[in-house]
Parts: sequence; structure tokens; C-alpha cells
Amino acid sequence: MKKVVDYIRSLFLFELLKGLSLTGRYMVTKPFTLEYPEEKAPVSPRFRGLHALRRYPNGEERCIACKLCEAVCPALAITIEAEPREDGSRRTTRYDIDLFKCIFCGFCEESCPVDSIVETRIYEYHFENRGEQIMTKAKLLDIGDKYEQQLAADRAAQAAVR
Amino acid sequence: MEGLVEFWNGLPVVIQILLKIIVIMLPLMILVAYYTYAERKIIGHMQVRMGPNRVGFFGFRLLGLGQPIADAVKLMFKEIIVPTGANKLLFLIAPMLSIGPALAAWAVFPFDAEWVLADVNAGLLYVLALTSLGVYGVIIAGWASNSKYSLLGAMRSAAQIVAYEIAMGFALVGVLVAAGSLNLREIVLAQQGGLLHWYWLPLLPLFVIYFVSGVAETNRAPFDVAEGESEIVAGFHVEYSGMTFAVFFLAEYANMILISGLTALMFLGGWMSPFQGTAIESWFDWVPGIIWLLLKTFIFMFLFLWFRATFPRYRYDQIMRLGWKVFLPITIVWIVVVSVMKIQHAPWWFN
Repeated sequence: MKKVVDYIRSLFLFELLKGLSLTGRYMVTKPFTLEYPEEKAPVSPRFRGLHALRRYPNGEERCIACKLCEAVCPALAITIEAEPREDGSRRTTRYDIDLFKCIFCGFCEESCPVDSIVETRIYEYHFENRGEQIMTKAKLLDIGDKYEQQLAADRAAQAAVR
Repeated sequence: MEGLVEFWNGLPVVIQILLKIIVIMLPLMILVAYYTYAERKIIGHMQVRMGPNRVGFFGFRLLGLGQPIADAVKLMFKEIIVPTGANKLLFLIAPMLSIGPALAAWAVFPFDAEWVLADVNAGLLYVLALTSLGVYGVIIAGWASNSKYSLLGAMRSAAQIVAYEIAMGFALVGVLVAAGSLNLREIVLAQQGGLLHWYWLPLLPLFVIYFVSGVAETNRAPFDVAEGESEIVAGFHVEYSGMTFAVFFLAEYANMILISGLTALMFLGGWMSPFQGTAIESWFDWVPGIIWLLLKTFIFMFLFLWFRATFPRYRYDQIMRLGWKVFLPITIVWIVVVSVMKIQHAPWWFN
């Protein structure tokens, strides 16, 4: 009996018509597409984009050159050199992130005891020359200064779950 | 008007013929160009995407309507690469052999009661012959490319077209039994009398089989094993680039439009109004016949795209099974049924 029913169903293209009705229905629904340069997808506070080094409100840089980020980095993208500053505090003299090596895992940010190295929401950037992919300490601090408000807000939003 | 006719008759015959060809070819080519656009747009929306929407004219986007023009210009400027080891003559002849029949078939296509380039008595045979001639372009392209993928694609396409040609031919036998003529114009005229008098109803199985065979004949999804990009890259036209590829592309789409048009002619009453014989017939008197024909053709052109967006590709043995073991018996049975209906003057088609 089942065979007969199956035969009749296939003869009258039952399954095919079902498939057609599905695609037909989808044709009249609104596309999900975001037209990128004009429209942008929402970004989460947890977003892991370009890196930044933050400062305390009094202008002192947070990084204490503990090198935990360097140690935890699975891609070995971070290079740190450090020595005591004139006032005797421990500071980095060099803090480089090679963005070609970086896999944006966010471990550096998680390991940082002073919330210094963070990943921002920036995901639109490019390099035009070899060497520009190395984010130096100066560049990272600049980004941190520029987006401090946003960065602080994002950290605050995530404080409860971190 | 008089002067125009005189001027026309004064032209050399060659010019007259060329002008007639242009009058059919130019709209056809524009239709092909925008058919590719419609394909991308419609399939895009079926996949909940947008399709092309950037290229427009003069800085305006216009829903991407400039896309086919941009595509055509790009293809024209691309290099035509002839592979080493390819048979150069056959390699370059193949696309022409492919597009020639696809365009020549339009000669006997009646666009309206009086608008037909060549009112041939054996029009149906001519069309059938030309549509199957297209396979030579594919076979020669596959062989001349000197590539294994091409040859595989050509072989698949040849076997498939031969198989479906028969089902298609038998479906047309049903039409010609019903109409009693091979002349496309007379086939349409025999369907006079409105929606329910067209042949789609008495010849329903043949109608479905004809259209499905048409899809197989043009190597379109779900019967596109000849191209099968997931298995043999692009089948018979892997080695073609630039304008030679564009010609194959044009031929494929011209064939699709031709099959759609023929289905509209033979099963949906061609240029005739669907409201013939009903109370509202006079409301649509102002609509020229060609508009009805175009509308009916667009239905089938849309079906081609809808199929492509919906169905996964048939396996090769399934294609052969469908052609030989399903379509062929059904058509033969239905030809007998049609003949009986014709002899018994079944209401209301054959009396």
C-alpha cells in the first residue's frame, strides 16, 4: 500500500511542488542582507577587534610590564621589553603586537591584572606597507586614548560576568 | 503609410532580410541580458539575499539594472584563450554552432496572428530539428577543448539531450495530433476559445513532460550534469573565456526563452487572450496579442529560475531513468488517449 501511495505521490510531483512552495514563500520574505558600508551589524561589548593600551584617569599608563599577556599569547604575537623608569616604577619600553600573528583570541585582555591591554570594537583597518602591521606602544596608547570612553563603558557592561 | 511600404519594397532584398533579423534579434538579446539579471535577482530573493543591486546608470543604483550591461562589457574585453592542444578551428566554431540554432529557431515563431517571419508549414519539425542541433555545439566544444572535464561534460550532455529529445518529440506528437497541423500558427489558432480550450488541459501530462524535457534539453538545473560545477568544474565550457564563453551563455539563455515561448504557443494558446468566450473578454480587447504571448512566456521563464533555486541536481542514472522509463511510456499512453479524444470529438476541445 505504501508503495502505491509513494508511486502516486512521485507521479504527481508532490514533493517537488512542496519544495517549490517553500522557495516561493521565501522569495516574498524580506532579505536578511545588511548592505555593509551603509548599514552595519550591531557590535557586542565583548567584541574582539583591534588592540589598545589604556591609561588611568590621571594619565598614568596602566601597563606594569608583568608580561602575562606575552606569556599567554598562543600566537606569540606580543613582544615586551621593560626597565625601571626614572621614578623607579616598572614600565615597558617596548610593547609590540604583530597583527599578522594575532588571532584575536582575547587571552591578553583576560590575563591582564590591570585592564591595560584590551581589544576594541574597531574592525575596519588596513595596512599599506610592510611593517605597519606591528602595533607599537605609541599606536596602542593612541587608540586607547581615543576610545577610552567606549572602552570603559564596555568594561563596565561586562564587569558582572568577568 | 503608403510611402513607407514603397520605401520598404524599394530596399534591396539583403537589407530587408537583415532588418527583419534585427527586429527579432535585438529585443531577444536585450531579453537575454535582462533574463540573467532577473535570474540573479529572483534566485537571490529565494535564498533571502538581495542579488545585484549596485551597478546602475549615471550614478544612480536603480536596483542594479546596469549589471547585465557591465557583465557584457567585461566579457567583451576579456581575452579569448585557446588552450594548447585544442583544435583551434573547431574550438572557435563550437560556440557559433551553439548559438546559430538557438537564434534560427525564432524564424518560424509566430509572435502574433500575422507576425511571423517565415510561415513554414513544417514549423514544428523545423523547431524540433534546430533545438536538437544545439547539442553539436556542445559536443564539438567538449571535444575540441582537449580537456577531460570538457569531454565528460560533452558526453553527459549528448546522452541527456538524445534521451529527452525523444520524450519531447512524443509530447509534440500529441500536440500535432490534437491540432492537426505542424504549422505553429495553426496550432495556436486550433486552441481558440479561452483558458479552458488551450491544450494544457487535455494534454496536461504532455504539457508537463514537454516543459521538463525542455529544462533537460537546455541543460538547466536540476538537469545540469553537463555543467555540474561541483563535479566537472563547468563541463563543456571549462576552457572557454571572454566572448566565446559569452556566446555559449547567450545560446543557453536564448534556448531557455525559446522553450518557454514554444510551451506558451503549444499549450497556453500563444497570443490569445485567456478571457476569450467569457463575459469580460471585451475588457481586454485593447491588449495586443504579443503582450499575452510575452506574459505566458515569462511564466515559463520564471519557472526555469524557480526550478534552479529549488531542486538539487539529478544523479546521472536518475536522469536516464526519468527520461526513458517514466516520460516515454507516459507520452505514448497519452498520445493514444489524445487520439481517442480526437476521434470521439471529446468536448470541448475537439468538436
